[in-house]
Amino acid sequence: MQVDTSFAGRAYPPGDVYVVAREKLREFAEATGATHPAHTDVAAARALGHPDVVAPPTFAVVVAQRTEAQYVDDPAAGVDFSRVVHADERFTHHRPIHAGDRLLTTLHVDSVTQRAGLSMVTTRCEIADESGAPVATVVSTLAVRPEDAA
Amino acid sequence: MTAPVLADLEVGQEVARRTVAVDRARLVRYAGASGDFNPIHWNERVATSVGLPGVIAHGMWTMGAAVAVVVDWAGDPGAVVDYQTRFTRPVPVPDPGEAHVDVVATVGALDLEAGTARVDLTVTVEGARVLGKAQAVVRLG
Repeated sequence: MQVDTSFAGRAYPPGDVYVVAREKLREFAEATGATHPAHTDVAAARALGHPDVVAPPTFAVVVAQRTEAQYVDDPAAGVDFSRVVHADERFTHHRPIHAGDRLLTTLHVDSVTQRAGLSMVTTRCEIADESGAPVATVVSTLAVRPEDAA
Repeated sequence: MTAPVLADLEVGQEVARRTVAVDRARLVRYAGASGDFNPIHWNERVATSVGLPGVIAHGMWTMGAAVAVVVDWAGDPGAVVDYQTRFTRPVPVPDPGEAHVDVVATVGALDLEAGTARVDLTVTVEGARVLGKAQAVVRLG
């Protein structure tokens, strides 16, 4: 199956609110070896001026990947995960993510290109709070290998 | 530890380094914490069937582990305002045993007007780079 280039330019409206939980941040921090106390200790986070514990810089991927699933799990998109390699990732934090945040994410398929059988898919997740104020932008590029080169 | 001061930094200066160990149990833990259950990160049979040398670490695990060095140096997770990387080489994780990821953080650029430093991360396994253009922009006082 081929990646469908006509998906480029599509946008998907936000689905359910993602509620950031302290214990989820703890799990994520422990899994990545992020030992800064502001990830897990409310007092340490507040001492730095944060309202609650602070997410590690790459935590936004958890929020983004749920949203990206609308696109990459759509059989019509042709993104075969057995042939996908993660090419690059970028997080831009408009403000830190904290426990208690209620986040809404809009997904944009920025580009879908094909060259010599290799497909490149770039998605952009715009994460905002419920008032619409921007929180983070997550840009991710996947490379999909051609079927015969597996 | 006192927070670094922008005016005291010089381009090229090494600010932190760390070696992070990763074993299969850690990948399972990351899968659960992140929600990324792609079996190439925990199932040897699936990994080899798609042409990989064996189970490999999530690229996002490596990216996350590397930036922890920057967070600890900056003294505040909220100071990292931008962080990007390319995934240039997979990190095979043996069983039994563990892989060792070496992270070195140096100052890549300073923007005194914006109040930020760009910290460039050299991330290697057995001397080979696994992340490319790994750059964190950090807001400092």
